[in-house]
Amino acid sequence: MTITPDSPPSRFNRFMDSDLMFSFLSSKLTVVSAIITLIFFVAAIFAPLVAPHRPFDPATIDLLDAFTPPVWAEYGDARFLLGTDDQGRDVLSTIIYGCRISLLVGFAAVGLSLLIGVGVGLLSGFYGGWLDTVFMRLADVQLTVPAILTALVIDGIADLFVPPSMRETLSIVVLILAIGLSDWPRYARVARSSTMVERNKEYVMAARVIGVGSFRIILRHILPNILGPILVMATIGLAIAITTEATLSFLGVGVPPTTPSLGTLIRIGNSFLFSGEWWITIFPSLALVLLVLAVNLLSDWLRDALNPKLR
Amino acid sequence: MTKHDAAPLIEIKDLERRFDVSKSPLSRFFNRGQKQYLKAVDGVSLEIPKGETLSIVGESGCGKSTMAKLVVGLDFPTAGSISFEEHDLSKPEDFTKFRSRWQMIFQDPYASLNPRWRVRDIIAEPMREFHPGVSRVEVDDVVGDLLTKVGLSPKDAEKFPHEFSGGQRQRISIARALSSEPEFLVCDEPTSALDVSVQAQILNLMKELQERLGLTYLFISHDLAVVHHISTKIGVMYLGRICEVADADDLFRAPRHPYTRMLLETIPKMDTEVVERVPVSGEVPNPINAPSGCTFHPRCPFATDRCKQEAPALRDTGGAKVACHAVEEDRLPPADRTRKPHGKGVQNA
Repeated sequence: MTITPDSPPSRFNRFMDSDLMFSFLSSKLTVVSAIITLIFFVAAIFAPLVAPHRPFDPATIDLLDAFTPPVWAEYGDARFLLGTDDQGRDVLSTIIYGCRISLLVGFAAVGLSLLIGVGVGLLSGFYGGWLDTVFMRLADVQLTVPAILTALVIDGIADLFVPPSMRETLSIVVLILAIGLSDWPRYARVARSSTMVERNKEYVMAARVIGVGSFRIILRHILPNILGPILVMATIGLAIAITTEATLSFLGVGVPPTTPSLGTLIRIGNSFLFSGEWWITIFPSLALVLLVLAVNLLSDWLRDALNPKLR
Repeated sequence: MTKHDAAPLIEIKDLERRFDVSKSPLSRFFNRGQKQYLKAVDGVSLEIPKGETLSIVGESGCGKSTMAKLVVGLDFPTAGSISFEEHDLSKPEDFTKFRSRWQMIFQDPYASLNPRWRVRDIIAEPMREFHPGVSRVEVDDVVGDLLTKVGLSPKDAEKFPHEFSGGQRQRISIARALSSEPEFLVCDEPTSALDVSVQAQILNLMKELQERLGLTYLFISHDLAVVHHISTKIGVMYLGRICEVADADDLFRAPRHPYTRMLLETIPKMDTEVVERVPVSGEVPNPINAPSGCTFHPRCPFATDRCKQEAPALRDTGGAKVACHAVEEDRLPPADRTRKPHGKGVQNA
């Protein structure tokens, strides 16, 4: 059957006309935080193009530039907008590269907990019975242990088994595993409860009447219908994962100083705070606060916008 | 009862579905409780000849929907058998062979269509399931066809369910049911969520489709007026048991079972003079501990001691099948629908 010209406008036009877009544009705070988030993402993805210096290339670093204050302060240097750290690395560039690590770890960790959490939630919600009991008790146990503690334990275990030569390359993977594995029960619970609601709806029965297998029902019918609230949680989860990563890196169990994340930068700079070189730690901290705040505000808006009861 | 000599398409024998509604073993242990079962369907035997419509009517909670689920294989009986074209369907595996031959239409048009799917995919789902690898062009063709058949436009295939009204959604539901070209449709209260005017449209559509495609219906409803319109035969169900099965016109003209009479009393009549209505008395008892004997006896104006002790069996009584001691003993007043029955049930009301 052909679609005649008077039929629906293009996907883009429909998106621009949608309620979601309207609610987005009518909230200034949301637009600002979306722009900030976008700037962070673009800077992180295109770090080599955006950053004014290559802070981790020893050939471009000059130790004589160390401890240069920000441009506007006395003795500031126009080459280093936000000053340099103890090794003469440009703080702005390290922040941009640090965001890259922070966002990478954040996204990967959220992805991992989504994968585990949604999978577990779908299975226990759909099948119920002993499977549900086992999974949910497991989630309960996981929830009793603070995320940071879980991450520390996983990090410690990894340190035991990973040979020292590979520790630096694997540290990011370990960090992702640690954060991802500590956060899945939240997703599992939401996925489970929505699955239990969807499972008994008549469209699922209609699929079962024609003999569609349980697995395909879960993936094609139930999953798309429970994804809304879970994606909202995932955006909040991203902010939490970034903070957890920063905390772990600040504690020294995260990524190594050779490829620092925001948390590592804050830790490095922290030791110079009292000797007067405040910019080394304050600017990465500000970047972290701004990023987490923007992501949080965005997810707050998304939660309200997707909640039909608040319209 | 036109093709009565031919083998029925669906034959149900002594069908029983029991649900375990016991408390947890621990609380049973402390409270000295017994295991408790709810007999949703309790020894139902029915047959549906090809091309006819059998309707099951009854109040809420009498086991109608459980019956429907058992017949399409959404649930499995604890005892008894269902056979389709004389093939026994007692094991879950047996159902898979015939899944493409029947379909189900659901009650709630707002829950029976996946809100994230386009109408095309919803309607094509049975087709794709039974003929994997069917091409996009074929799907579009058939879906357009089906949409026209149920009174919608082929253009609607691109839309999402939320863009339609309840009646339109039910039409989409019917189109989906027809897309695997089934012979047998189980309709679980397909009109109860719709406006009265829309109900009539949907019923007419279903009737028309039945004539055109030679469909057989098992129609579940609580609404006698709806049932009269569409069925060839009607079974009246009470607490999991069938109390009367008769041809539709026969049942409306001369209801035999006291419960059937009670239900018919509830239909407003246009043509009779103002008569004092006999309200339906009492409520359906809790099926977990159903009354002894004939389960209807607490509400029945004609109940005797025998009714309290002995469950009546379904017997042939002049063209209809009735499960009632009073009918068997011939001590019921004549079934004149304008007459009001006398007895304790009336005073109880």
